[in-house]
Amino acid sequence: MTTRRTTLGGHTHEFGSLTELMARATPHRSGDVLAGCAASSEAERVAAQLALAEVPLATFLEEQVVGYDEDDVTRLILDTHDAAAFAPVSGLTVGAFREWLLDRAAAGDEVAISGLARGLTPEMVAAVSKLMRNADLVAVARRARVVTGLRSTIGLPGRLASRLQPNHPTDDAVGVTASILDGLLHGSGDAVIGINPATDSPAQTIALLQLVDEVIARYEIPTQSCVLAHVTTTLRALEQGAPVDLVFQSVAGTQGGNEGFGVTLDLLAEAVGATRELGRGVVGRNVSYFETGQGSALSAGAHLGVGGLPVDQQTLECRAYAVARHFDPLLVNTVVGFIGPEYLYDGKQVVRAGLEDHLCGKLLGLPMGVDVCYTNHTDVDGDDTDTLTLLLGAAGCSFVIAVPGSDDVMLHYQSLSFQDVLTARQVLGLRPAPEFEAWLTRMDLLGDDGRVRELTPDAPAARALLAAAR
Amino acid sequence: MSVPADVPMGDDPWSVLRGATRARVALGRAGDGLPTARWLEFRAAHAAARDAVHTALDAGLLRRAMAGAGVDRELLEVHSAAPDRATYLQRPDLGRRLADGTELPAGECDLAVVVGDGLSPRAVHDHAAGLVAALLERLAGWSVGPLVLAHQARVALGDPVGEALGARIVVVVIGERPGLSSADSLGIYLTHGPRTGRADSERNCISNVRPPHGLGYAQAADTLAALLTASRELGASGVVLKDEGVALPPGAG
Repeated sequence: MTTRRTTLGGHTHEFGSLTELMARATPHRSGDVLAGCAASSEAERVAAQLALAEVPLATFLEEQVVGYDEDDVTRLILDTHDAAAFAPVSGLTVGAFREWLLDRAAAGDEVAISGLARGLTPEMVAAVSKLMRNADLVAVARRARVVTGLRSTIGLPGRLASRLQPNHPTDDAVGVTASILDGLLHGSGDAVIGINPATDSPAQTIALLQLVDEVIARYEIPTQSCVLAHVTTTLRALEQGAPVDLVFQSVAGTQGGNEGFGVTLDLLAEAVGATRELGRGVVGRNVSYFETGQGSALSAGAHLGVGGLPVDQQTLECRAYAVARHFDPLLVNTVVGFIGPEYLYDGKQVVRAGLEDHLCGKLLGLPMGVDVCYTNHTDVDGDDTDTLTLLLGAAGCSFVIAVPGSDDVMLHYQSLSFQDVLTARQVLGLRPAPEFEAWLTRMDLLGDDGRVRELTPDAPAARALLAAAR
Repeated sequence: MSVPADVPMGDDPWSVLRGATRARVALGRAGDGLPTARWLEFRAAHAAARDAVHTALDAGLLRRAMAGAGVDRELLEVHSAAPDRATYLQRPDLGRRLADGTELPAGECDLAVVVGDGLSPRAVHDHAAGLVAALLERLAGWSVGPLVLAHQARVALGDPVGEALGARIVVVVIGERPGLSSADSLGIYLTHGPRTGRADSERNCISNVRPPHGLGYAQAADTLAALLTASRELGASGVVLKDEGVALPPGAG
């Protein structure tokens, strides 16, 4: 391990390893305090950032945060590193890389920024993000282009898609359908109609998959369905011939974290391969969907790296993106305010984490979305989620999650409402995915001004859709 | 595609949606936002949940409620190692440990009952006395230690408390994380052989005690008494107890 030193204000700060340096350089958040790896003062944090700025990017290919021999995520990261893609920035330090990104972003050079993706490691993007302010996180993400597709296209410039999340406490078919229709009538659902099942069983998963598949088929909606069951449950559903558009799984940034989720890389590969074979895509072949979130490794006690030192939660989050990236997903989102105040305490921490996660995912080549959300024991409210949503819209976020009236009555937390998505699109001049936008027009749900109509009960489009709720 | 007119004109189709789920569907719009009444309804629900989290546990109020419910027992007060609410929320590890210098009377008993504020002191204020009274009525023949009221408590704080009191089983009655529609829900956790370091898989849980909307006191106490008896016979709790097939009433969670 290399010890790095910085002198700041006459005081010399020492950082005994890259793991420690990364942690101390991270903007303050409760999860790193809980893990015992946060900077002990603001001065120490800045000293760490100064030292981190001097670290060559190439160092991250030599010096590990989580060991190669004991962790399959590290092996995946290093074994799939693309040296040619890395070449344009291979001689830069982390600090110079920040400037390189800001320079290319200001020039609108999406090709240069997006072309790096397979040459960057999670630790490199985590490091550079730690030196950035919120506006930097927005400006660079805006020019990191990632486009994916299955039956709709995600990630095009000027678009903001949404996952319609029609969860119900008992998976009741009528209740789920009502929430789906409410979302469609508000122009949501272009990223996916994705249900968290109340019961994770093959039978329930198949029933929900069939329900959404029928709604999609009946109205010829250019979108995809997903039931966010465990990957082993989805595999069982696949064996029984269920209409699976997307394999879902929560993933973490360490082998131990993934074991905590009950998954291995091989298991994910098997499920993604089986789903791709179904050939259900129209505009693309991306058939997986992953969720992540800062703090998941710590909550599983799987957050330790080289030398048994705790790794900061944002670096571990970026490592989860390497897992997702390996499977060419249609969608990836961080669930940024769900895990609780012991990981992200307040609106300031949640906003920052959402912007970091979005940028880092995009730099690594992921179709990154965000579940802008909060629980009631976190110091976050609708003002904070508005702030994050509008910043994410400005940052070119691929999609957000939306539930009826912001209230997820199954998972008991608050995400965005369908109206919040409309507001973000209107304020920022963003539009739905193009195939879905054309469908909204066909259904007479979109006005000539490009806005989703405010429907009166006797509007033909409303009646057509509501007929399904009967 | 053609537009079928399956819904008779004149019906309010929004009411069809509203009647189908308790999700907040068909709220209407004001421009692209929510109508004022719908927005303020949501604010009110969130405010109730926030207040439930941040209300301080009132020991005097609980003593009076216990007396009113006919619970005539010594009530001890302890604090976790989390000194305040902000620390409690950010450091769950501190909420699982007793404050330095905490002294409890060593003894021996079949059962210790710990009432902890958890994430909803309001749930404790509203429901703990009724639940504890209903439980004690069902425990003839059990030696029950003093009641312990725990401030800034997580579930696992019951382990060092139960251990110090020499209890064979500890029951922790604790405020659950408030949802938008349930700010006053109590959870009950049973742990056999309490000692620091017990895993969550070694506990049994009954959640959503909050009459009249959730589980009632009598129903919850029946379930808990059955679990206690089974745990005492088995000499264990948690996954193994559940696997023994103790029948829980519907909704007991």
